[in-house]
Amino acid sequence: MINSSSDNVKKLNSINRRMFITGSLKFFVMIGIVSRLFFLQIKENKKYLTLSDKNRIREWKLAPVRGEFHDYFGNVIAGNFEAYQLHVIPEQVEDFRYVIYRLKDLLELSDKEFKKVLKKKNEIKPWETLIVSDNLSWQKFSKINNHLYDLNGVKPVISISRNYPFKENFTHLIGYVSQANQDDIESTQAIKKNFVPGLKVGKVGLEKTFEEKLIGTNDIERYEVNAYGRRISQLEFQKGEKGKTLRLTIDTEVQKMANELLKDKAGSICVMDIYTGAVIAMHSSPSFDPNLFVFGISQDDWQLIRNDPMKPLVNKTLQGNYSPGSTIKPIVALSALENGIVNTNFTVRCTGKTEMYGQTYHCWKKKGHGYVSLRNAMKQSCDTYFYEVARKLGVDKLSETAKKFGLGEKVFGDLFDIEKRGLIPSTQWKKNALGKGWLLGETIITGIGQGYIQTTPIQLCLMTAQIANGGYKIYPHLVVDDKVKDQPIDKFTPLYKNSKNIKIVQDAIFGSTNEVMGTSYRSRIDNPKYQFAGKTGTAQVKKITEEERELDLKTFEIPYEQRDHALYVAFGPYKNPRYALSVIVEHGGNGSTTAAPMATKLFKLIIDRHKIRESLRNKKYLEI
Amino acid sequence: MYQHTRLTTNRLGFFQKFRNFDYILLVCILLLGFISLATMYSTDGGEIKFHTKSHFTKLAVFTLMMLVMSFINIKYWFSIGYLAYVAVVGLLVGTYLFGITSSGSQRWINLYFINLQPSELMKIFIIVCLAKFFHRMKLENVNSIYTILTSLIIILLPMGLVIVQPDLGTAVLIAISGIAVLWFAGINYKYFIYTILGFIISLPFVIAFLKPYQKLRVLTFLNPDKDPLGAGYQIIQSKIAVGSGGIFGKGFLKGTQSYLEFLPEKHTDFIFTLFSEEFGFVGSAILLVIYAIIIYRIVAIGASSRSYFAKIFCYSFGAAIFVFITINMSMVLGLLPIVGSPLPIMSYGGSSMLATMIGFGIVMSARVHNQQLIA
Repeated sequence: MINSSSDNVKKLNSINRRMFITGSLKFFVMIGIVSRLFFLQIKENKKYLTLSDKNRIREWKLAPVRGEFHDYFGNVIAGNFEAYQLHVIPEQVEDFRYVIYRLKDLLELSDKEFKKVLKKKNEIKPWETLIVSDNLSWQKFSKINNHLYDLNGVKPVISISRNYPFKENFTHLIGYVSQANQDDIESTQAIKKNFVPGLKVGKVGLEKTFEEKLIGTNDIERYEVNAYGRRISQLEFQKGEKGKTLRLTIDTEVQKMANELLKDKAGSICVMDIYTGAVIAMHSSPSFDPNLFVFGISQDDWQLIRNDPMKPLVNKTLQGNYSPGSTIKPIVALSALENGIVNTNFTVRCTGKTEMYGQTYHCWKKKGHGYVSLRNAMKQSCDTYFYEVARKLGVDKLSETAKKFGLGEKVFGDLFDIEKRGLIPSTQWKKNALGKGWLLGETIITGIGQGYIQTTPIQLCLMTAQIANGGYKIYPHLVVDDKVKDQPIDKFTPLYKNSKNIKIVQDAIFGSTNEVMGTSYRSRIDNPKYQFAGKTGTAQVKKITEEERELDLKTFEIPYEQRDHALYVAFGPYKNPRYALSVIVEHGGNGSTTAAPMATKLFKLIIDRHKIRESLRNKKYLEI
Repeated sequence: MYQHTRLTTNRLGFFQKFRNFDYILLVCILLLGFISLATMYSTDGGEIKFHTKSHFTKLAVFTLMMLVMSFINIKYWFSIGYLAYVAVVGLLVGTYLFGITSSGSQRWINLYFINLQPSELMKIFIIVCLAKFFHRMKLENVNSIYTILTSLIIILLPMGLVIVQPDLGTAVLIAISGIAVLWFAGINYKYFIYTILGFIISLPFVIAFLKPYQKLRVLTFLNPDKDPLGAGYQIIQSKIAVGSGGIFGKGFLKGTQSYLEFLPEKHTDFIFTLFSEEFGFVGSAILLVIYAIIIYRIVAIGASSRSYFAKIFCYSFGAAIFVFITINMSMVLGLLPIVGSPLPIMSYGGSSMLATMIGFGIVMSARVHNQQLIA
């Protein structure tokens, strides 16, 4: 009994001691748990709160609304339209197979298109939107709407998309938009920032140049989502800004006429305000419909454009390097006058050909022009006269003047990455580029715009404009900028040494168009309101052999690729000039028969439109 | 003599028993039940749905059962000690043979009216069994080979049956319950020290024998950010939920982590995470205080009990409950690997609640009959 009771006491002592140890341990463990809670919930609270928000809040960016292009008169030339689209959220469809096959029938989808849609469906989550069709015709859209009772889960949606209402008229100028690719995203910050799948960005032309201004900013939707990414509720909607709308200096009417004139021909027309440098029209032909690219061009259409021998993808106005032919003669004459090589009395006898440095150089007129002075030589475009002038002038002085008047340089600077510089040769250039010495014979053909010399149509237009405005520098531009008012600049930089020389050249060009024997006499307009002055040009694309010269073939008898390019540069109205233009028709044959008549039609329109343009400018002026 | 008189007056009337109740413990249990119901309501997304209803039913039935148990003399609980153990071992064998497999583990047995998880019951009945085993043992016999071997077999047998389910977490908890009794029974300190040392040394070998998913859990615990969407997901999301709760929490029914389903297993093992997210540090601390009071009362009841069985049961049960709570909380707070242990009373799950309520019932019975001596 004593034993047992003493054992009991020992047992109680033992268990109580151990209970004490356990209790203390519990206490410390409890403190550990509380401090862990303290650490997580109070000390690190901010961090975990952020993580929790990151978990539950997700942003959805919507495609920004792209800024528009307007012409000078506010006509929309690249705008936005409401595209009819068909969206399906697979999860909301009871019987996806039935619905999709029903849609295939209704939309008359080809097997290829249908497979594409199915592939897209497999790539997305069931609660994400499947775009079955991104640009439906109104007929099909309304057809779907009539069948909606039968198409559970199909949503007809109207979405904003790019539209070029004037189709092929502005293609080379404006360019087009298309789905952004990896390169676009990496090269342009604005695209990277605003990117959403399916975003359309400018691929060429001004659409590309002004991407950053045009793109706008995304609408942002903030949603609370669950662990599986399903949207639970919208928390916020942040309206994005529409891209900037750009107003161009272009006159749609003139542009349309340029397109009309060059229909079925390859070539370029540009028109420029000789005081402001505002480009009124700038067209390269043949063109294509940029709308084809907006939703992805079909392979057939693409091949058609790509394989066209007239090369619609080339912007001939900026990328076309052409021999200027006789259109360079005003610069040759001006350079000779400025450098005191010739004066107005200087005469040359043209016999149809001339022998120089052991080589025969032909004038375009076999019989020759007889004795010609500067004015006559320009009027009749006598080659012999300019061979002689060029010989006396030398290529380096000529190239100096030509560069001053905008040849051999990019007209728009960085505006278009595709723009070509052309080529104004000099002795130094040949040594550097070809490693050979300059030959005197090369100077002679440069005098009539053949040989190495190459110019783009926009350069010729600028050159003409700067002669027409009395020899002052202008800066061609396409966008009406608020900073640079579309007003003539008060102080011009003169490009001449003696303004008289400019007058002489202007007068000679006037003769070329408005006097009997002038090369473009047949295209003249007698009404002083529209009267213009212009210089024809015919650029050979290949060297003419002696036999061919004897044959004297008519243009239509020569194969297309070997026909001469037809060129024409002009300014008007002559009394008080305001506009200059350049026309180039590839393989058009003769400048005076093909290119000059286009200028006649253009000037009528341009000068009629001038009053409207001017009234708009004045009105704007008054409003301020 | 005095003892004798006490013995004769030991037959208590109904109202005396009623007076003997530990009302603090009872209130805390009811409070906990209420909190758990509210939390379950929140896991159902603020609606009374399946989990809330089911939890309420179980809570009501098992609380009633606990009250009934407390009126039954502690002697009776002592007498069924071995029998209950054998019965639960039988159930475990039955589970092994005919159990219901769910998510890769065979833990449940269909008893026609209820699907039971016998491993949960074992957490309590192993204490009852071992408490009875040591009740009459003299202190000098406690450390005999026979005693140690027998008690080890008592512990290892159910453990093995649970490990093969496989459910390592519960097996460990059963072992902890058993070891708690051995500890209070007075097994020499050195054995515990040896065991701990041996465990640490063998740890690398144990890890080598772990199943791949178990290994993954350990590795994930050590570095949860390594695979944030895979195995580390639960720990990371749980920590985010608790951490974002802050001082006062996001508010009842406003826990975004759980409401938006970022939180895994929110009804069961991670219920504390949800509670902590919605009620913050203050709420969690209050919950801890309630648990602390419960454990304190259990220990106090043990201390006031005259019978050694009641004492050792209460102490061990208190320690076991404490360990269950801390393991669960440490797990959701990222202090321990995910082992799958429910939080007593709070977590959804009938067997766990049944086991806990049986424990409370015996404790309450010990309190009501605290002067009862067991021969």
